[in-house]
Amino acid sequence: MSSLQFDIAHLLAGSLVLASFMMLYQDRLYALLNVYALHAGVLALSVGWQAYVQQAPHLYITALIALVFKAIIIPVALHRIIKRLGIHREIENVIGIGLTMMAGIGLVALSMVVMLRVTPGADALAREDLAFALSVVLLGLLIMVTRRNAVSQVVGFMSLENGLVLAATGAKGMPLVVEISVAFSVLIAFIVIGIFLFRIRERFDSVDVQALDRFRGERR
Amino acid sequence: MNELRDILSQGAQMSLVLGLAPLLTGFVRKVKARLLRRRGPPLLQPYRDLIRLMRKDVVLADNASWLFRVIPYLIFAGTWVAASLVPTFGNGLLFSWTADLIAITALLGSARFFQALAGMDVGTAFGGIGSSREVMIASLAEPAMLITAFSVAMIAGSTQLPTVAEFMGSDAVGLRVSLGMAFVALTIVALAENARIPIDNPATHLELTMVHEAMVLEYSGRHLALIDLSSQLKLLLYVSLIACVFLPWGTATADASVAWLALGALVYLGKLTVLGFLLAVFETAIAKMRVFRIPEFLGAALMLALLATLLRFVSGSL
Repeated sequence: MSSLQFDIAHLLAGSLVLASFMMLYQDRLYALLNVYALHAGVLALSVGWQAYVQQAPHLYITALIALVFKAIIIPVALHRIIKRLGIHREIENVIGIGLTMMAGIGLVALSMVVMLRVTPGADALAREDLAFALSVVLLGLLIMVTRRNAVSQVVGFMSLENGLVLAATGAKGMPLVVEISVAFSVLIAFIVIGIFLFRIRERFDSVDVQALDRFRGERR
Repeated sequence: MNELRDILSQGAQMSLVLGLAPLLTGFVRKVKARLLRRRGPPLLQPYRDLIRLMRKDVVLADNASWLFRVIPYLIFAGTWVAASLVPTFGNGLLFSWTADLIAITALLGSARFFQALAGMDVGTAFGGIGSSREVMIASLAEPAMLITAFSVAMIAGSTQLPTVAEFMGSDAVGLRVSLGMAFVALTIVALAENARIPIDNPATHLELTMVHEAMVLEYSGRHLALIDLSSQLKLLLYVSLIACVFLPWGTATADASVAWLALGALVYLGKLTVLGFLLAVFETAIAKMRVFRIPEFLGAALMLALLATLLRFVSGSL
């Protein structure tokens, strides 16, 4: 593998981490959705490049699934959900943006230290992909933890799943059936969550998950 | 012979930055005015302002201490030395073997420290506001600057600017995502350090928003001229720094002939024009931020710089 190929893979995976940080930084729902679409687009490019480097044609299908479902269909559907719920106002962050950013940098550093330590035998491309994929997953979890709005938690979950796809493509010899079933299970999870959003709204007149905490008697 | 040549080259670059700094400021002002469909002041207006201020008497407040009178010279000296460390048209800099990118940050930091002291010296309310805001901005911009310097140094293997510029101009760089992030981070830091528009407006004296102008409100005459000249030098320094690290093409090497040096000077002027024009367009297109949003903006620079370092760490350790 030439160093230019590695550099381009590094560029694309690095941009995916950067897109995760942009999602962490956004405090408006529509902007968050647009960045999520960008995130999925970068993922599709990255998977496509892996397909070219590894000479694995089935990865092109994974890239296509990422592009069509995650970069187009899910953001458009979420746009419509937000419009129907009538919540295009600001997201309330639980802690400030500065602290969230610092926590995110800490998570990225942690995942790099962990992944580079535990995979000394694997080849460079897979190690680098695994390190970045773990940081995208952790950043997705961080987005879910720091947001109160149920829709942005869904977006965090979807970006987490993008990280899983990146990890799966980095490992050579992942069967196509597994990837397609993962993609469809995420789609089904998305539909279920979408229905739940409307149920939550009907019950509590809001998609702020603090209402759920209050209902269970956890806070105040 | 080589010694003499180095001294000449260093001297030429030092006088060049001093001579060009007001012109760059005038150029940015002119382009901004033209973009707003005004005619704007002539290009040479900053020189005339400096000469006018030099001729005027200095008016000092009754309770101004000796520090207040010394500080303009300290700021000017620190900024000029820092500017002389950045390669402009040629890489042969005599001083660059004694000081590097970190020293430049330190020199600019001490200049800013003295400026904040001067703002508080007389004891007026505006000076205090300006100093406290300046220090708040600096406390976020300086770490971002240092970490950007580290990530550039990790890629180029050196913090000496001529070495960095030579490495960036060669093929050994490859395609580096860290460099793109470092570029954006350095641009944000440059905007903050030079009091440009999203952070501070260099052309206003509005009490609620000014930062840099509030600190220098008590200065007059030749003191004010020196402070103005050093802020113009600082703008030129940052533009040259960005040009030398991220657009290193066309810079003359240390042992180049006179013709190559002349070509390098022409290319350098071209880079200044392009970057100055981009700065003016950016400033016209964007609105000034509230003071409380500045930490988020600068936090993004810090985050980008840290991320650039981390990404470089991964690709470097594989």
